[in-house]
Amino acid sequence: MHSTKYVVIFVLILTSTVAVLLAGFREITKEGAERNEDIFNKRAILLAVEDYLGDGVKVNNLADGEVLNIFDTQVKQVTLNAQGQPIEDGGVKAEDIDMAKEKKKPESERKLPLFIYESGGEKYYIVSVRGTGLWDEIWGNIALKSDLNTVAGAAFDHKGETPGLGAEIKDNPTFAEQFKGRTIYDNGAYVSVNVRKGGAVDKEHEVDGISGATVTANGVSDMLYKGIKAYEPYFKTLK
Amino acid sequence: MADTSVKDPQVKKAEPLFGKAERKLLVDPLNDNNPITVQVLGICSALAVTSLVYPSVVMAVSVIFVTAFANLFTSILRNYIPKQVRMIVQLVIIASLVTMVELTLRYLNYPIYKQLSVYIGLIITNCIVMGRLEAFAMANKPWRSFIDGIGNGLGYGVILIMVGIVREIFGKGSLFAGSPIELKIIGATDAYMIDTTQSVLFGWYANNNLMVLPAAAMFLIGIFIWIQRSYNQKLVDVS
Repeated sequence: MHSTKYVVIFVLILTSTVAVLLAGFREITKEGAERNEDIFNKRAILLAVEDYLGDGVKVNNLADGEVLNIFDTQVKQVTLNAQGQPIEDGGVKAEDIDMAKEKKKPESERKLPLFIYESGGEKYYIVSVRGTGLWDEIWGNIALKSDLNTVAGAAFDHKGETPGLGAEIKDNPTFAEQFKGRTIYDNGAYVSVNVRKGGAVDKEHEVDGISGATVTANGVSDMLYKGIKAYEPYFKTLK
Repeated sequence: MADTSVKDPQVKKAEPLFGKAERKLLVDPLNDNNPITVQVLGICSALAVTSLVYPSVVMAVSVIFVTAFANLFTSILRNYIPKQVRMIVQLVIIASLVTMVELTLRYLNYPIYKQLSVYIGLIITNCIVMGRLEAFAMANKPWRSFIDGIGNGLGYGVILIMVGIVREIFGKGSLFAGSPIELKIIGATDAYMIDTTQSVLFGWYANNNLMVLPAAAMFLIGIFIWIQRSYNQKLVDVS
């Protein structure tokens, strides 16, 4: 048996060595990790406008530098407040908004990121939405064409939906594909795009659900309805 | 892998660096004493991360790294670790190695880090690691402990990858999805090697959704145990 003094000294030396090592290691990798996270998030945003990036360009095949380059040259970032008014300088940059944190704030204090992608004279408005699936959070980026009505593309992701069921919103490309060309207004009234169990009936504003993932699908519908609606006041000023 | 080339300077020339005993340490966990199929340890992560091969490989490499180096460091310190706090000391060693793995993954491959999410952190609670420290590293020399760690990590990794291969082929129709060498084997579009919409022989084929769920891994591991026991006489329970 070692004495208590020995134990205390041993543990102190061990933990401080480990602490210094880990802190140092984190400091070395920090910059690269942040850059990776940034690129990862930007890829997710560009995924919504994948069809308009150029012929046959796939977001996942783009090099890191190209992603950043597209963002620097072709994407305009706007930060909106909860009333849908753009926040001018002094506010946070749209790309720095953490939607997970925004969702926890009261609705009147939330900030909304808007990304305007320009290509070939056309503008695409990419909005970020976040909601709740079956097990945990789900989120996505939806691109609207310049009429601010037609969906140009959508991309979803999730934290912990069931693989093969709810997780299909991300894993199965045909799910997000369906949103293309759907419209969010019906004769001027806001209806969003609905995910319908058993298959879309109204081909203008509905997409097919996923069998076995009704709760996740309802979560997507709900997220889209509330999420896009938040941008409505701003879109009205553009029309 | 880089970690296999690390040599321990304490080994004297009289003992062969890689003799029969070392060979046994490395090979035994692959079959006769496999941590998953014989000791039934580390099941949680074996069920959770094996729906695709690529994350399984990353997980396997991470566990090999952690078991090997946790064994090495514990063995080096074994005569200085106070018995009263030995488990806490072992946990500190494991936890710091796992944190290093996590930081490295974030730096090198952010998407896979996102995909494995909590399961990298959960290597800390993987019974294989702690079990080897208690059963082997606390009583053996550093070099042998290191080999033992690699062996047990490999034994875990082999099963992980085997389960991953079966689950990915039958669940997704692909292999190594998400990695640069992705193979699309069977599916309903022409991107796959066997296009089920065109093929006469495989027109009936559809992906098995059960394979994507963790339950499939449970059945597969059970089947592996069955196969292994039916040919390996050493594992047959004589009592």
